[in-house]
Order: sequence, then structure tokens, then C-alpha cells
Amino acid sequence: MTATLSPATTAVLSLSGVSKRFGAVQALKDIDFDVHAGEVVALVGDNGAGKSTLVKTIAGVYTPDEGAMTFDGLPASVSSPAEAQELGIATVFQDLALCDNLDVVANLFLGRELYTGRALDEVTMEQESWRLLRQLSAKIPSVRIPVASLSGGQRQTVAIARSLLGAPKVVMLDEPTAALGVAQTAEVLNLVERLRENGLGVILISHNMSDVMAVADRVNVLRLGRNNGVFNVSQTSSQEIIAAITGATTNAVSQRAARRESQEEQS
Amino acid sequence: MSASTPTPEAQAPADATAALPADLQDERLIASQGIGGFLRVFLSRLRSGDLGSLPVVVGLIVIWGAFQMQNSAFLSSRNLVNLTQQSAATGTIALGIVLVLLLGEIDLSVGSISGLSAAILAVGFVGHGWSLPLAILAAIASGAVIGAVYGLLYTRFGVPSFVITLAGLLGFLGLQLKVLGQEGSINIPFDSGLVKFAQASFLSDAAAYVVVVAAVAVYAATRLRSNQRRAAAGLSTTPVVTLAVRAVALLLLLAIPVYILNRDRGVSYMFLLFVALVVVFDFVIRRTRWGRSVLAIGGNVEAARRAGINVRAVYVSVFVFCSSLAALGGLLAAGRLAAANQSSGGGDVNLNAIAAAVIGGTSLFGGRGTAYSALLGILVIQSISNGLSLVNLGSPERYMITGGVLLLAVIIDSLSRRSRASHGRA
Repeated sequence: MTATLSPATTAVLSLSGVSKRFGAVQALKDIDFDVHAGEVVALVGDNGAGKSTLVKTIAGVYTPDEGAMTFDGLPASVSSPAEAQELGIATVFQDLALCDNLDVVANLFLGRELYTGRALDEVTMEQESWRLLRQLSAKIPSVRIPVASLSGGQRQTVAIARSLLGAPKVVMLDEPTAALGVAQTAEVLNLVERLRENGLGVILISHNMSDVMAVADRVNVLRLGRNNGVFNVSQTSSQEIIAAITGATTNAVSQRAARRESQEEQS
Repeated sequence: MSASTPTPEAQAPADATAALPADLQDERLIASQGIGGFLRVFLSRLRSGDLGSLPVVVGLIVIWGAFQMQNSAFLSSRNLVNLTQQSAATGTIALGIVLVLLLGEIDLSVGSISGLSAAILAVGFVGHGWSLPLAILAAIASGAVIGAVYGLLYTRFGVPSFVITLAGLLGFLGLQLKVLGQEGSINIPFDSGLVKFAQASFLSDAAAYVVVVAAVAVYAATRLRSNQRRAAAGLSTTPVVTLAVRAVALLLLLAIPVYILNRDRGVSYMFLLFVALVVVFDFVIRRTRWGRSVLAIGGNVEAARRAGINVRAVYVSVFVFCSSLAALGGLLAAGRLAAANQSSGGGDVNLNAIAAAVIGGTSLFGGRGTAYSALLGILVIQSISNGLSLVNLGSPERYMITGGVLLLAVIIDSLSRRSRASHGRA
């Protein structure tokens, strides 16, 4: 089933049979997961389904107990976030981890500043920042203002732009539209599409079904630590995905929808 | 934007984008050009609470004016030379405090460390007959070791720096008394290099002006070079006129005080050392990766850690710098007094150093401040102390007034922080 859904290229990041236990809890069991270049894969699931564990396993925060990972067709293993970054997997966590007191340039290059002689190379860093932000068609008026003065969407943009500095092949976005307004959500979704156009593999973790349906190519559903289906967005409905997430066709969401429908018919 | 364009509104964006530097293309940016634009930007920054050094400069002018009206000797060359001499030692200690405050931490023990360093120097140099360089090295190294211990305690056990250094305040005061031994006071010979340096070494008039001209030349050259690089990179540049105005302003700002000081003994080596340290640390804070890491940790430790900054190493290094600068300050104070005794580094040294950093505009909340706040803050504190003794008021008034100024500075810091938050300036 997966073969027909995926593009013809080999996956840039591929997990097979990944398991992770925490004491007596089986957080992940035999997870298979693929991302191809130029593809947005949404990772969805209820609370406790294992999304965060899977993200942290890919990002190198956790080491899996079992299973194999290949990156760019070669077997790979990551045991620290730094290793994952070096490999080409960038992660934007939900709390964006920006320094409010520093300007956009300083935040983008934090921890990997450029030097000219003995001093920081502010000119090249600023030039590079503009290049990066333009590439994302980001709407940030000035890169010399403290990050505190940016809106939520702009802060998300800065965090995503920062993840792109190391020229990654895969970008993971953890709940990028949580706590954002309508316009800012649209802005971030545009950004996700821009990443796809630039040939990156994007892993999008989201609870928001309309966001998922709007930008994802495939949806990977986790349920209770196991794979519970991979859906091609163009051939599925959010109803079907919700059923996979909750594990039943009659669930709270569908019941509510059915009730609303019958009410509308009566009125 | 020429008048010949029939529909300026429609044409302008496309034209502007092609002509403007990369960082000025966003249409939401409010253009500010020339002197008027500079003033508008300045005023809007003030309104939003981004005060910088303005409150302390205004405060200094008020204080100087008030004392000058009381006693015309206050702004005399002779008294201003004294003021620079009095400022150097505690100012050096305050510079270390600026560093720990930038991290959002505090060091309450700098007074005790400066006293201990003075004691080690006196006992080693006078008591045991060490050479002066060795004694100085030993004193500063003791400061560095103390800082490293603070840093390790903080990073390994997570004890708040407030508590660690409060323990250090007591512990090292005891160690200072122990090192000084029974007599409790050791005089340092007047012909020793340290005392000569601290009491009687002044730049010649010509040398002082050479330093001023060199400083302005370096400033102008760096700014021009930066302009060139920015232009080559397609970024906005500062107009040459503005640069020239700033360079001339800097020249006057340096040359006038030097002229006044030169009418008496001149610029002392000790004060020059202090100012040089301030300039070096300002560069290190603003233009190096280490300084950027300090500011980042002061702003958001977790973000700094995730960005791959070795947070522990930065904490340890900052505590080492702070304690070493405190030790150096203790040596300068001992040199000026020509003695080390039980009250070296005691009394108000500790609080004056901390107050100077805060009054100078370094935020207590971390991540915001400059090395220059040590210089400005210590000038305010020493001006109060110096002026009050000129008008025959003593310690009671000095403590109360300094306390009031400190409180005022912290209130300004808190208010401007709140205002910055509501104006989106962090």
C-alpha cells in the first residue's frame, strides 16, 4: 500500500521497525515511517499516541531500542540532537527557543556565528539572513529588531529559517500553528509549502486536521504507539483519518458531526 | 520618487525595491533619513522605554550641577583628577558585576575577593619578599580560582549564585583576616611599582591627546570599513555626514575631559587601565561569539543550550572573569591606599560595585546592558561620595543618597522593561 502512495524516489529518511520502551510502557512498537524529498508528511495521533516520542527519536533526543533508520539511502544512527543536525535533520520544537533580547540576525546565527578576523561578521550574517528570509518569502520588516517585537507567525518564521541554516534535508515542525491566528497560520502553511518547493522533506506534527489536509501530501497516523495507517491526502477524507486516530468509525468527533447534521436538517 | 512620475503611489514600490538596500525594502519600515530622521528614531526609542545610557548621563549632569553650585571646587581640574583616581578600583570591580548581571546572575562577594586579593599581595610582596609581578599574579589567580569554584558550584549543583556568593562574602572575608594575620594591616612601600602606578603615574599631556586622536581614528576607520562592506553586500550604510558628526562628537567627548584633567596632574595610568578594560570588554560582549553567548543565556538559557552553546562553560568563564576583575580592583585599591588591612574591600565596596553596574544601566534581569555602564555608574557613585565630602557631609548622607540613587536606577530599569515589553522591544 505504501509503495503506491509514495513518490517514485527513494525516501530521504526512512524508519523501519522502530520500538521504544520506557520501563513497562511500550511507547513505540514496530513503527515504519518514510519521508521523501519534496514531500510533506503529517504525523498525527491522539495524545499519548507516541508522536513526541517518535519526533524525539528522529531528532536524536531518544535512542530507539530496536529498529533501523536510513538517511539518504544509507544506514544511520543518531544518538544526540547535534548528530541529527549534522546528518541533515532539523527540528523546530513547539516552544521556539528564541532569545527575546537578541535581534533576528543574532537568533538565526546563535551558536554558529560567522567570523571575520577576531570579530563577528555582522555584515555577512545580515546579508545571509535576508537571503534566507527572502527564500521563505518571509514578511519580516527588519532583521535588526529584537525578536520580542515580532508576531507569533514571524517568530515561527525565524525559528524555521534558523533550522534551515545548516542546509538540512529533512525539517520536523512540532505543532507550528498551535497558538497562531488565522492569518499567521496561513503564513506558516505557506512556509511549509515553500520548504516542499525547495525540495526538503517536511515532517509536520499537528492536531489541526484542516492544516494537515491543507498542506500534507501523506498522513501517517499513530495510535497507541503503533502505525495505524498511511493515507494519501488527495484520496482520503479527514473523517477517515479521524477514524484512524481514534480507532473507531463511531467516535466523539463523528458522533458530533452526525448530530450537527441532523440538527441542521431539522431546522 | 521624482515629480515627473505621474502616479507616484503606484510606481514607487517597484522602483524603491530595485534601488533600496536589502534591509530597507520592506514597505512597513518608516524611512528615517538625515538629522531629522535620526532625532525621530531617537525619540521613538525613548518613548518605548529603550533608554540606554540616557538616565545615567542625565543623572550625572544633575549631580555635577548640584555639587558645583554648592562648592565651586567640585568641577575643578584637581578634584576631577581625584574623581578619576577614586573611580578606577571600584569601577574595575563593577565591570565584573556587569558580566554576571548580563547572565542574570549576581556576585555578592566581590568586596571580600578584592580584600583577599589585596591581603595576598601585601603578605606575599611585603611579608614573604615575592617579586611584585609574582604577587600580582598570585592575587589575581586566587580570584580566578574562586570564580571557577563558584561556576562549578552553580553549574554542577544548581545552587543559586545569590547563595553561593553570599557564602563567599563571609568565607573570603574570614580568609582575608586569616591571611593578614595578627597585625591586621600591612603597609606597601611607597617606592613599589604598584603604589607608584596607582598614586603617581600620569600620562603626559601630549600622550593623552595622542590616545584621544588614536581612539577617534580607530572609531572612524572601523565605521568606514563597515560601511564599505555593507555597501558591497547590498545593505544600508550610515551616511558619511552622520559618521563625521559622530566622530567629531566623540573627539569632543574625549578631548574636553582630557584637556580639563591635563590642567592638573592629567590622565592617570590607573584610570586609563580601567577605561581600556571597559573598551575591551565592550568589544568582547558585542562582537565575539562568547559575548553573544553571554547575552543569549541572559535572555533565554534554554534557547542558548538548544543552539549548541556550551552553557556551563560560559557560566564558569563569566564567574572567573568577575572574580578576577574583583581581585584586580582590590590590587588597585591597595595600591592607592599603599596598604592592605582588615577593612580592605569591606564597607561599601561590595555594594558600590553592584550599584554602579545597575545605575549605569545594566539590567538586573539579564541579557541587557553594556560594559560602559560600569564606567558611567561608578562616576555617579564616586561623584556623590566626592561631592558630599566637599560640602562637609559624611558617611550618613552618602549612604542614604547612594541608596536613593540605586533605588531610582532599579525603578527606571523596571519601568523601562515594562514599557519595552508593551512596545515590543524586549
